[in-house]
Amino acid sequence: METAHHFISDMGVMLGRSMRHISRSMDTIITVCMMPIAMMLLFVYVFGGAIQTGTDNYVNYLLPGILLMAIASGISYTSYRLFLDKQRGIIERFHSMPIARSSVLWGHVLTSAVSNAISLVVIVLVALLMGFRSSAGLLPWLAVAGILLLFTLALTWVAAIAGLSAKSVEGASAFSYPLIFLPFVSSAFVPTDSMPAAVRVFAENQPVTSIVEAIRALLSGLPAGNDIWIALAWCVGIMLVAYVFAMRAYRKRG
Amino acid sequence: MEQAIEVKGLYKAYKQLQVLKGVDFEVEKGSIFALLGSNGAGKTTVVKILSTLLKPDGGTVTVNGFDVAAKPDRVRQAISLTGQFAAVDEILTGRENLIMIARLRHLSHPRQVADEMLKRFGLTEAADRRVSAYSGGMRRRLDIVLSLVGKPQIVFLDEPTTGLDPEARIELWKIVKELAGGGTTIFLTTQYLEEAEQLADRIAILHEGRIIASGTLAELKKLFPSAKVEYVEKQPTLEEIFLAIVGKKEAV
Repeated sequence: METAHHFISDMGVMLGRSMRHISRSMDTIITVCMMPIAMMLLFVYVFGGAIQTGTDNYVNYLLPGILLMAIASGISYTSYRLFLDKQRGIIERFHSMPIARSSVLWGHVLTSAVSNAISLVVIVLVALLMGFRSSAGLLPWLAVAGILLLFTLALTWVAAIAGLSAKSVEGASAFSYPLIFLPFVSSAFVPTDSMPAAVRVFAENQPVTSIVEAIRALLSGLPAGNDIWIALAWCVGIMLVAYVFAMRAYRKRG
Repeated sequence: MEQAIEVKGLYKAYKQLQVLKGVDFEVEKGSIFALLGSNGAGKTTVVKILSTLLKPDGGTVTVNGFDVAAKPDRVRQAISLTGQFAAVDEILTGRENLIMIARLRHLSHPRQVADEMLKRFGLTEAADRRVSAYSGGMRRRLDIVLSLVGKPQIVFLDEPTTGLDPEARIELWKIVKELAGGGTTIFLTTQYLEEAEQLADRIAILHEGRIIASGTLAELKKLFPSAKVEYVEKQPTLEEIFLAIVGKKEAV
């Protein structure tokens, strides 16, 4: 490919483009933050008193699941933007130009990583106000950031499949609803011990639980044990599978 | 004569549906070529194949001397595509759209290029407004101007005037004629016979997957029995009335 060496500069243009979209519609970031923050308020100040988690700080217990929920709702904007680009012929315009083709998709993916990172910082700041405290040092925090980034990338590629193959705007973003609710059937809000057997088996073996457990352990300065490897395996696995399908959908379009 | 586009025995099917069944035509360098056909005739499919978006099932397609299937990158260096719907970024301003395309074409002074294009096509005033605030005609103009960034040798226009008001259409015809005057090859599709008559050096009619007639307007006219002289009272068309009222009598 003689256009391959343009990949970095082309992707830079694409990233600049969609970052402008985000900075001109800050409401998307607010929308993404609002629901998880509302959940956090609800669970801490309404249900929290009645939930027995075995910790004295329920915000600490809750935060990892809330962050995953924010990512799951944030990535639906990626699929929305991709869908619009496809529908308005913008992807076709780019594809008829001498550019590195995959830069169009990677621009959206990087934008998703940046915008989700912004929402996560906002949510962590709100959690700090609500009493979230962590004894973790720099290294565990970096590990947490790494896991969250991987989870974002994994779900962003899932979002890319939805955006590229959707037939309507609603279809492009509706896929994220089940993802947003996945944390409820996990150890994100309550320990899994109290769940009926079947639900418990699901909860303990779905990706959110191991990711939540790993982040929780890292933030409270405890050894994360196996959870961190299971969490990484889930993120990388989902990312690879979704990447393959997204690329297939992308090539079919273009 | 040098050919900008050569199509021989082009076939394309979508699953079971055979859309193109052996299409042949040639487009001379620097000319305006119109592909005429009703809705669903396969015009857009032809454009997508010529602009490397779709792969042909059979036949050879050469654009600017390169095979579209074997050397798509070389073809993309020489062409630009304006699709049926204005493919402009609505959240960006007109200027930002132009700078973006200039960067993607890897031009050395994208800002300067954008300024020149804005001035040349009378978009300077609207340059820093977001495209979402543009009228349909202005959006289409920007869309076409975006396609001209980097001076591509061959410009594809897929139904460029569909949905435009008469003034915007005439303005667009003017741009197309100027481009061709400057040596750019124009390939356009249209379902308006008048548009082909106004603009094209050569016309090809695509019908049921084949080119059923092609040639200059004069040649196509010869296919029909010679004209009889009849006296018919000429009423102005509504378009002529409209244009006269809005003061564009001299146009076209």
